[in-house]
Amino acid sequence: MSKRNEHTPNQTCLKQRGTMLSSIKLPIVIRAEINLVLVVLTALGVFSRLYGIHFPKAVVFDEVYYGQFVSLYMKRVFFIDESGPPLGHMILAFGAYIGGFDGNFIWNRIGAEYSSNVPVWSLRLIPALAGSLSVPLCYILVVELGYSHLTALGATLLFLMENSLIVQSRFMLLESVLIFFLLLAETMVLFVSYVFGFHSFNVGFTLISKLCSCPRVKYMGLFTYLLLLGLAAVHMWQLIGDRALSNVSSGAADCCLFISSVILVQVLTRFLALVVLPLLLYLGFFYVHLTLLYRSGPHDQMMSSAFQASLEGGLARITQGQPLEMAYGSQVTLRSVSSKPIPCWLHSHKANYPIRYENGRGSSHQQQVTCYPFKDVNNWWIIKDPGRQDLVVSSPPRPVRHGDVVQLLHGMTSRFLNTHDVAAPMSPHAQEVSGYIDFNVSMPAQNLWKVDIANRETEQEVWKTILSEVRLVHVKTSAVLKLSGSALPEWGFRQLEVVGDKIYKGYQPTGVWNVEEHRYGRSQEQKERELELHSPTHIDINRNLTFMAKFLELQWRMLTVKQETSEHKYSSSPLDWITMDTNIAYWLHHTGNAQIHLMGNLVTWSLGNLALMGYLLLFLSYLLRRRRKIEDIPEDTWRQLLLAGVVCAGGWAVNYLPFFMMEKTLFLYHYLPALTFQILLIPVVLEHVHTHVLCTSHRRALHGAVLAGLSSVYLTFWKFSPLTYGHPELSAEQLDSLRWKDSWDVLFRRH
Amino acid sequence: MAKKECVTKCKGESSMLRNRRGELQIGEPKSPVSTHHESTQDSSKDNRLSEGDDQSSNGTLAQYDHNVYSPNNETQSTVYFLVVVLLSFSTRFYKIKEPPHVCWDETHFGKMGSYYINRTFFFDVHPPLGKMLIGLAGYMTGYDGTYPFLKPGDKYEHHNYWGMRGFCASLGSCLPPFAYLTVLDLSQSSTAALISAAMLVFDTGCITISQYILLDPILMFFIMGSVLCMVKFNLQISRPFSAPWWLWLVLTGVNLSGALGVKFVGLFVILLVGLNTTWDLWRLLGDLDLSLVDFGKHFLSRVFGLIILPLFFYVTIFAVHFVVLNKSGPGDGFFSSAFQSRLIGNNLHNASMPEYLAYGSTITVKNLRIAGGYLHSHWHLYPEGVGAKQQQVTAYLHKDYNNLWLVHRPNDSNGEPDLVRHGDVIRLEHKETTRNLHSHRHEAPLTKKHFQVTGYGINGTGDPNDLWQVEVCGGRKGDLIKVLRSKVRFLHRATGCVLNSSGKTLPKWGWEQVEVTCSPYLKETPNSQWSIEDHINTKLPNISLAVLKPHFIEILLESHIVMIRGNSGLKPKDNEMNSKPWHWPVNYQGLRFSGVNETEYRVYLLGNPVIWWLNLLSLGLYLVMVAAASLALHRGVQLDKRRIERCRVLREGGGLLLLGWLLHYVPFYTMGRILYYHHYFPAMLFSSMLTGITLDTLLQSADLVLDPPYSYWLFKGGKAMLFLTILYSFYLFNPLSYGMRGPLAHDPASTMAGLKWMDSWEF
Repeated sequence: MSKRNEHTPNQTCLKQRGTMLSSIKLPIVIRAEINLVLVVLTALGVFSRLYGIHFPKAVVFDEVYYGQFVSLYMKRVFFIDESGPPLGHMILAFGAYIGGFDGNFIWNRIGAEYSSNVPVWSLRLIPALAGSLSVPLCYILVVELGYSHLTALGATLLFLMENSLIVQSRFMLLESVLIFFLLLAETMVLFVSYVFGFHSFNVGFTLISKLCSCPRVKYMGLFTYLLLLGLAAVHMWQLIGDRALSNVSSGAADCCLFISSVILVQVLTRFLALVVLPLLLYLGFFYVHLTLLYRSGPHDQMMSSAFQASLEGGLARITQGQPLEMAYGSQVTLRSVSSKPIPCWLHSHKANYPIRYENGRGSSHQQQVTCYPFKDVNNWWIIKDPGRQDLVVSSPPRPVRHGDVVQLLHGMTSRFLNTHDVAAPMSPHAQEVSGYIDFNVSMPAQNLWKVDIANRETEQEVWKTILSEVRLVHVKTSAVLKLSGSALPEWGFRQLEVVGDKIYKGYQPTGVWNVEEHRYGRSQEQKERELELHSPTHIDINRNLTFMAKFLELQWRMLTVKQETSEHKYSSSPLDWITMDTNIAYWLHHTGNAQIHLMGNLVTWSLGNLALMGYLLLFLSYLLRRRRKIEDIPEDTWRQLLLAGVVCAGGWAVNYLPFFMMEKTLFLYHYLPALTFQILLIPVVLEHVHTHVLCTSHRRALHGAVLAGLSSVYLTFWKFSPLTYGHPELSAEQLDSLRWKDSWDVLFRRH
Repeated sequence: MAKKECVTKCKGESSMLRNRRGELQIGEPKSPVSTHHESTQDSSKDNRLSEGDDQSSNGTLAQYDHNVYSPNNETQSTVYFLVVVLLSFSTRFYKIKEPPHVCWDETHFGKMGSYYINRTFFFDVHPPLGKMLIGLAGYMTGYDGTYPFLKPGDKYEHHNYWGMRGFCASLGSCLPPFAYLTVLDLSQSSTAALISAAMLVFDTGCITISQYILLDPILMFFIMGSVLCMVKFNLQISRPFSAPWWLWLVLTGVNLSGALGVKFVGLFVILLVGLNTTWDLWRLLGDLDLSLVDFGKHFLSRVFGLIILPLFFYVTIFAVHFVVLNKSGPGDGFFSSAFQSRLIGNNLHNASMPEYLAYGSTITVKNLRIAGGYLHSHWHLYPEGVGAKQQQVTAYLHKDYNNLWLVHRPNDSNGEPDLVRHGDVIRLEHKETTRNLHSHRHEAPLTKKHFQVTGYGINGTGDPNDLWQVEVCGGRKGDLIKVLRSKVRFLHRATGCVLNSSGKTLPKWGWEQVEVTCSPYLKETPNSQWSIEDHINTKLPNISLAVLKPHFIEILLESHIVMIRGNSGLKPKDNEMNSKPWHWPVNYQGLRFSGVNETEYRVYLLGNPVIWWLNLLSLGLYLVMVAAASLALHRGVQLDKRRIERCRVLREGGGLLLLGWLLHYVPFYTMGRILYYHHYFPAMLFSSMLTGITLDTLLQSADLVLDPPYSYWLFKGGKAMLFLTILYSFYLFNPLSYGMRGPLAHDPASTMAGLKWMDSWEF
């Protein structure tokens, strides 16, 4: 099985390598040599990542999370995932597509056995391929940084024997894809900037732009993208300062002409390639995403009515064929535009406000009006002309416009929507809203409402289904019907409170409503009307939202969805990651002790930390000494060291530090992209120390240390490989001996 | 390129010297003689010479230019300065006594000022200097500390509140003069300085926030003070280790400690000064004429002036705080038992209780992590879906009868009061609800890796999951457990986990108390260690306990951790309208200081929109201008001297202010705590100063498009327009600060009718 797959990556790799090298114009002999090493490394990568990926045939950790999206993709059902842009899900779904997955699997429990219709192997294939191709990329990246092939070999070996990266590549998870694209983007930028130099950019930059947009598998990729942009900006600045490229006539003080056209073209090209093209690609992915997912699904409720109406099924099924314009006599459900705390509809029911609340304040004791998050026949209201008695739509229908005064009659209980100068139950500064009951206590009905269409600039003055966002302004008190955000206690069935807000200002989504379901009322009698309200709506129109409108709404929702910050059994804090004080149990055999853990190679992690510290030390000492004009190393070496620092140490920093500011549940696997760059730094620092710091006699010692380090990395890798591959099964004692840190969770059953 | 840099820098220095000519003409004969400055001196002389040539060749025009754009004679700037001081004090002190009731946060800071006068211990999330100064000002002006400051709107009546307000206002009045001096030194242009000062003098927001008993005027005073001293220090570049050099260095340090001593926001200005100093040292390091020993002197003197000295003052502030507040008060529970024993009136002060823990005693158990609470339970169950629906057990920071627990043997035989020993198995019964401390294999509510701890059973009868083994840390089997001094762990018998307080705040259902869990990780941390604080057993003799007096450093550390935790604990409530950082620069929404309704006296904290929007505009303008200037210099475009000087001011002076603005604004985006509009005011100071430099440079660059006489008119006219606009906008919006009565602004009858330019303003 693995044999079949070895071909493809090797060939592509060879091809890539070939084109690059021909442009570098190295002697042919060397090319063959490099290829051989790369081929072997790639083969090792493929073997280590792809070997037996169909095992275990059960849901492993976050597969339960991504799996549901893959299923939804296969069924073309719309969803929102705030963790990242859709490209990652699309890539996973592509694997499912190859395997012919029909999407029929219930992703509800980690460890659940896959049914026979799930193509486990092909689902896991793409992340595993991405993981294996990262191996040669590491090699190329280090060479591209200007270090020797031996160093590159060292980096690749460390990368190859990193247990955590292997585990993360072998399942249907996105990190390996992210790492692959990060490495690819960095490699391409270096390749173009330093091999082609400043002057040829046409070919190179189109390449880069493609790759730069790819880190958008997850939003974390954004930071690396910014790092690369920064790198490009620095180059740009040097370019601008390059007087050789200028044609400034001396003494020309005119500010507008001091940049020559050559530079202008360069700047523009780079801007196009690095900013505009990635943006277009990003939009493109969303376009594909929205085109593929056209059916309604579980996340519909988070979107606006208009968006939902554009999806097949769901709201579209209900609203298809609704009349567009409100008329006097229309029967409607009013949905709050605000989806906080949850989307809900204006509601009333046969229960009154209690005469006295718990805190002793009094109420009007009239019928409760609430906001209810479920579809219900009690959500129906009838728009009535205050001047007339009838509740049916005349023919032709008389449309309701901005500024008209209406009454709202509750369909099932025939109470008028009313508000008055009585403090609302939970928000005493606002007015109570009730269904009016005349108790003969000199509390007259105040049930006139003015229709105020908030988006009348874009959607005209007539009140329309779904499209119009309407404020209902009470005529007598000028209070605005509004969702207060708090929930009523037991007597209000914990539904959401609706109030009249007198000091309402600006545009607040809580005070704006839109009509979701709508039909023209035809029955004058109450009994008939109740029957009518129970029947589904149907008449006809069809509408479409433009792609940009859908994209903007989706993007906004993705960024503002409240993320769950609750802790998970295996969640950890960024501080735990550096020293790997935590691990994640991915899978445990349901009877035996076979198990898979996300657990790194502790030796590599420590070496990485040492390398980082070493680099900083070297960098700082060189920096200070250079400032005093003491040049220990040649200028070129210094540049090389700087570049390696920006790419590796910088890559580590931008992929790690932002997590300290994030308020979401974090796991060890979030550290893996940063770790990748840290691993690359190890041999870079070693080579520098070897060539420029140590004298000949000490170099021997270093060789020995490197060999010892590599072999201990290998031994550790081998020792932990049962937890990486889930095979072979270990005994309880063996497992216990693998618990090198107290804080690690290793599960075992004692027999 | 390096050479080019040097040239511009030297030119910069020379032109700076030129501008201070009046001063230098006297000072020149005794200009510094130290050898390593000769080169600078030479080059500046050269430049001066060439400048002289320029002037002579250009003739009268250059002279004319010089007078127009840099009217920097001493008298004029002194007059300007006096005007600024006068206006500043009069705008801040006008109607200082209005309204005669508690406004907004006066209820907190006034109260805390009173605590200092009464010497009662309290807890606040900010360091103590600001409140100490308020208390001092109140004390000096005859306020006796008896007013309770219960809630906003309470009348002051006969109490002397004006002293505290006046103190804050006088510090607030120093801001425009400080801005004037800072900008004058940065740009050498009195026009720029005057614009900056005018923006602050006539900003309704700055006036309002300076007029009440608040920490902000004090904080801003120290922030601006630090910046001014830093800029003054930078000017002493050519005279290192002279008396004024030391003076400004030390003053910077003192102001820094003041800023940090008022609020932690002071950290941002420390960062600003730190970056400036790093840059300065970097420059000195690159100066190869300076020997490493001299560099070491520079370095050490800055370490002394900007790190050691401020740290010393900062610690002193806390020392005073702890010495002054020696009576027990509302903040006791936040601190450790040892700390509490210092406070007169606390039950641990000169405590006497049975020395060793015994069966049948009533105890309180305190967590040993810093600001760990008391083990607590109450008549409320965990909600549906959070573990088992049993009674909540939490950690609570306040003293409360629900913190009391009874110590029992597992098999409740009430015999002689026997002492509890290391390794004994006990049962802890909650006194108020008679439930036992209980744990089981359910996930804890927040820390999912731990087990849930509940109250279970009734009248003390429960199940085997109620049994806990007591262990003294570092003890052996049979050791007795000392009250207050032993570190105790409670190991759950059935699951082997250890009672632990995670430090995480529970959501609403848990009354925002702290989570208590049972941790399967047995590593000894303060989170899982507890001490017995109160111990009541009538059958045992009480002995007086001399509790270990805590070391000052321990108290300092403890109070900081408590403060930081308190700060991050101020989370926004879900349904509360909270302010977002992007609201601030656009002046989106203010804060109600006093009054809501039409009948009340209303004060609304809102920046003068004209000034704030001008600030916003200038920020954009500045970025464009500095980009153009940098590009021009980078491309080596030939510019005349005056323009190079303006580029330098724009890049260096403006850059410093922009950095200050960024440092005081951007970090708020990453803060999880609740944010308010007034957090923007320190950043606004920087923004206003930057506006001064930007607009001045813009007006001076009028000659790029117009020929000299017209450009000069444009410059004058623009300046006049600007000041008139600022004045007129102040005339329009001053009721925001000085009080509004009558109908709200949406009513045409209101005095503010037509001025509600944004729907989100609430006046």
